[in-house]
Amino acid sequence: MTSLSRNTLYRLTINFFLNLTTRCSALVACAVVCVILLFLLRESLPALSDISLARFATDSSWYPLSNQFNLIPMLTATLLTTVGAILLAGPLGLASAIFSTFYAPRPIAILYQRLVELLAGIPSVVLGLWGLVVLAPILARFGGSGQNLLTATLVLAIMILPTVALGSYVALRAVPGSLITGGAALGMNRWAIARKIAVPAAKSGIKTSMMLAISRAIGETMAVLMVAGNVAELPKSLFAPVRTTTANIVLEMGYASSSHRSVLFLTGLILLSSVVVIVFISEVVTRRNDDA
Amino acid sequence: MKESVVKNFPVLVLLFVACGLFTVSGCNQSLPGHAHNGSENGLSGKLTITGSSTVAPLVGEIAKRFEENNPAVRVDVQSGGSGKGIADARQRIVNIGMASRDLKPDEDGLIAHRIAADGVGLIVNQSNQVNELTESQVVGLYTGRYKNWKELGGADLPVIVVHKAEGRATLEVFLKHFRLTNPQVKADVIVGDNEHGVKTVANTKGAIGYVSIGTAEADIEIGHPIRLLPLRGVAASSENVANGSYPMSRFLNLVMPSQSDSDLEREFVNYCQSEDVHDIVVTQYFVPIDD
Repeated sequence: MTSLSRNTLYRLTINFFLNLTTRCSALVACAVVCVILLFLLRESLPALSDISLARFATDSSWYPLSNQFNLIPMLTATLLTTVGAILLAGPLGLASAIFSTFYAPRPIAILYQRLVELLAGIPSVVLGLWGLVVLAPILARFGGSGQNLLTATLVLAIMILPTVALGSYVALRAVPGSLITGGAALGMNRWAIARKIAVPAAKSGIKTSMMLAISRAIGETMAVLMVAGNVAELPKSLFAPVRTTTANIVLEMGYASSSHRSVLFLTGLILLSSVVVIVFISEVVTRRNDDA
Repeated sequence: MKESVVKNFPVLVLLFVACGLFTVSGCNQSLPGHAHNGSENGLSGKLTITGSSTVAPLVGEIAKRFEENNPAVRVDVQSGGSGKGIADARQRIVNIGMASRDLKPDEDGLIAHRIAADGVGLIVNQSNQVNELTESQVVGLYTGRYKNWKELGGADLPVIVVHKAEGRATLEVFLKHFRLTNPQVKADVIVGDNEHGVKTVANTKGAIGYVSIGTAEADIEIGHPIRLLPLRGVAASSENVANGSYPMSRFLNLVMPSQSDSDLEREFVNYCQSEDVHDIVVTQYFVPIDD
């Protein structure tokens, strides 16, 4: 009796502490996000109260020192580079995952996955530097400096490619083997199995990896800053320079004061909100797929 | 799961409020302590210095060495712009202000001590055949009047104007010298710092840009294919910045009240002007001055 109750007591204590630590760490993670959100709100309040919201879209341009705060060129640039990058990296990443799951021989698949992981580990500054000294001079042959929307989109696509590739690979590997063998028993070839069985079954995982890649693309700063040209105007072609929202913050924050500084914090808040929206959408997508 | 969330809800709300209080209270900076004279065997006390973000890294490095030589002294260097440095020094909120410009007439009661010079040089790609530009040609290039180098006697190459982001110190010197306003400039590339500018010009044949002369000289030495253009016939070099003959330059200053009663403040300013720190000035790509 005593030994049993001691054992129970022991388990209860362990449980209690585990419960406590996991709750505490969850609270800390939650608190960090709240602190950052409140900080951004506090810092951008002066801009929200002094400058009417419409001016962020109707001012003639972005010259903060001359009190012109048009944010549209920067928001457009972020949207264009992000959409362009996911359009390039999405299909490529999925193809790479299908390749290493269904087509590559085992040793090559392992080697290939390590390579993709290595690509994921390349610091963004290094990619940016590569873009600046290698990619930009090549694209400069089409006119201009080579630092433009296209270069930025390409560098960004390379950056988020491993996020899509690794996420989709994990999702495809998690598809139950019985489904695959079932397909093979029905006489389906590899492509049909991948397209008709594996990808639909792994749909939610693949979508989540794309969402992660999009949030990474929105937030990426240094690599884009080095290759985008950073002129705060609406681009007229693929070879026109653009300035993304994050690049704008990095370029000007060190020197900004008063309302200029506050507007920069506001753009940070806008970025954070768009990531929140994306996370929310991906949550809804996953849940709907799980229910189905 | 749902129940526990509901149960924990008050805790979450409390936490949220606590976070808010924490962020709000975080911004109350403590006022700097005043410098005072210490024991006989050396200086002691605390110096607080704010101001120009161009000068701050230089003074920060000098302050480190000053602290090594005087272990009882703490020097706190913060950037925030020349305007803030001058205002803070006038109101005696800080001991010394940093300014990358000369004092304006209405900023009385202060003395500016020059600690270094900073020159801004025009750079082009090494392959560019144009050897000198008049000031109106530079203005023409930056306002989009000239689109091709052949209009200025160079090769048939489109002009790529490399400009800096608003607020940068070199941009201010450049605009002031050529009497331009930022919206007038038609830039093809906007770069963040000097190194980014040098790399862009080195990789683009038709590019023209402007960077700190110290950075450009250091990069030419290690083989970057760029060239510094003379201005008004004066070569863009550290020597010409130091002797004052190069036109597009400015002095970096420490400002303090004209009647300073603190030995520590005077001692630190003297140290910043001494030859002991010339090596630091050079490594920060500025030009030492002798006076």
